[in-house]
Amino acid sequence: MKKSYKIEVDCANCANLMEDATKKTAGVKDCVVNFMTQKMNVEFDEGADVASVMENVVKNCKAVEEDCEIFL
Amino acid sequence: MNKKQKKVLIRIIISFVLLIVLRFIFGEEEPATDTMKVAKFLAYLVPYLIVGYDVLLKAFHGVKNRRPFDENFLMAIATVGAMMLSDYQEGCAVILFYQIGELFQSYAVGKSRKNISDLMDIRPDYAFIEKENGDLEKVDPDEVEIGSVIVVKPGEKVPLDGIVTEGSSSLNTAALTGESVPRDIKAGEEITSGCINLTGILKIKTTKEFGESTVSKILDLVENASSKKSRSEAFISRFAKVYTPAVCYAALALAVVVPVANFVMGHDPNWGIWVYRALTFLVISCPCALVISIPLSFFAGIGGASNAGVLVKGSSYLETLSMVKYVMFDKTGTMTEGVFEVTDIKAEGIDKDRLLELTAYAESYSTHPISLSLQKAYGKAIDKKRIGDVKEIGGKGVTAVIDGVTVAAGNYKLMDELGIKYTTCEDVGTIVYVAIDGKYSGHILISDRIKETAGAAISKLKHAGIKKTVMLTGDAKKAAEAVAAKLGIDQVYSELLPADKVSKVEEVLAQAGEKEKVAFVGDGINDAPVLTRADVGIAMGALGSDAAIEAADIVLMDDNPEKIAKAIKISKKCMNIVYENIYFAIGIKLICLALGAVGIANMWAAIFADVGVMVIAVLNAIRALYTKNL
Repeated sequence: MKKSYKIEVDCANCANLMEDATKKTAGVKDCVVNFMTQKMNVEFDEGADVASVMENVVKNCKAVEEDCEIFL
Repeated sequence: MNKKQKKVLIRIIISFVLLIVLRFIFGEEEPATDTMKVAKFLAYLVPYLIVGYDVLLKAFHGVKNRRPFDENFLMAIATVGAMMLSDYQEGCAVILFYQIGELFQSYAVGKSRKNISDLMDIRPDYAFIEKENGDLEKVDPDEVEIGSVIVVKPGEKVPLDGIVTEGSSSLNTAALTGESVPRDIKAGEEITSGCINLTGILKIKTTKEFGESTVSKILDLVENASSKKSRSEAFISRFAKVYTPAVCYAALALAVVVPVANFVMGHDPNWGIWVYRALTFLVISCPCALVISIPLSFFAGIGGASNAGVLVKGSSYLETLSMVKYVMFDKTGTMTEGVFEVTDIKAEGIDKDRLLELTAYAESYSTHPISLSLQKAYGKAIDKKRIGDVKEIGGKGVTAVIDGVTVAAGNYKLMDELGIKYTTCEDVGTIVYVAIDGKYSGHILISDRIKETAGAAISKLKHAGIKKTVMLTGDAKKAAEAVAAKLGIDQVYSELLPADKVSKVEEVLAQAGEKEKVAFVGDGINDAPVLTRADVGIAMGALGSDAAIEAADIVLMDDNPEKIAKAIKISKKCMNIVYENIYFAIGIKLICLALGAVGIANMWAAIFADVGVMVIAVLNAIRALYTKNL
């Protein structure tokens, strides 16, 4: 399953870091962060609980870039 | 400016004013007493913390989360180091300028992001549904069901694909096709979402949901374009991952190894100088100019292209397109209109219009494309009462009695069979010979018309540096070669089946060198396998054709073949900018790093290397947006 989220992040490198952090989160199959459109496309593993996975995604992203925002 | 940026600006101004005041109070010289020294340190700490506290906090977070090597860490180390060395002014100035740079960057990037997004903003915000009592209800386009009737007033965007049921108007399709001439539309015609209604009120019966409508598909495509990253982008992210830690270690080596080595060899270790140089090193090193300007260049390039009616599905395709040396294309629908039309009438001993009328009547029972094009050229309704005794002769033609005369219309075989003497016509196309009462009366030429812009398209491709143009077609050899000769196409393969087209593309792929890419241009309906096989598949005239949008890498929204050359030029311009930015940013950084290591470049040069380079690179990236004069 794929979902798109609006994000707010200031620098392109930070967006790359967020992408890496999200990819490493359990339950996430793939992720693309688009700095230009300020959007994050997340592909979840089969049967993953989207809400709880996204909670971890937010946590992991905050760890690499404190200033980022993901609008769930 | 958003709230966050305004806050930073205020902090910068306060701290800047404070710095000037402190400079007047303390002057240039070292304070004489220890108390004064402490006072000076504490005084300078105020503007330092006002402007830089978040940098220090972020650096701290980075270390805590075991990702220490980011720009905040670099800045924190550099400025804390400067403060320790009693270079208060410099320490404050560096962080101040760093923040100004960051602010400018976030403003510039935000602004250009918005510029590009606005350009591509074809998303309709609402739709008006007509209720049974005639009232209009404003709803989200997402909520409109298939088959609803929506009303679009002048000046509004068409929110969903559908068929016009009432009204006529002209449409601005510029956002979709890059074409500035308005297109007329009337009841019964299909209408694509994303166009802007210009003159009259239109009622539209929707045929697709919003998610399936053209406008959604295009938006989805453009917004997700950057998910297919080009090699240049991948290179930069890899580079940044290696580069930042490498510079940190190099700085550490400068600050520790060099003085220690000096000390061991019996020289003065000069700690102060080497630590200062290491700090300069750290300031120069920020990879942001690179990391931001490369994707921004691609984003601007894709935005500029979409403004010209060229949709690029990913920056990797833009990169490949710029390396295209061989362009192959389909004939029908790409170089020609793909519609059969009466292009010539040669009458002998009879009026041209009368000849066309009789032939159209004779052929009127057939639904063959040839017959249809005759009806179309004739343009009037057929009165069936005037026709009698129609005989179709399979594979040859037809004879019929019309207005009391016997008309025979068909190919040369029909004339041979009826024993009628005729003048052979050497023109390319389908020729209908006509005999009236057994006497040859002339012929009608029906052919596919070459697009007006096709000739210019080929010569523009040559100008754009294309080595070879190749045409592939399923058509007869004679027709194909005539078109190729007229347009100046280098090579033609005719009478091909769809599978043969793939093998021809593979032949050219094998011929082409490592850095020479092959593009295939087709009208997208039956060319899907070839579009996928070529390095870059370009679909033409794709407005409203889902199949083409799926199969191709690059989509030309209108059917003007000149856009092929334009797309190539846009990609070349964009790639030039990308390379300029890569070489410029890395080059200046390396030079400054070298100068910093030997002590020629001071902190100010370092700040230029960081902020200045980034600003120039961002401004340069924006150039990729302008594609009008290509």
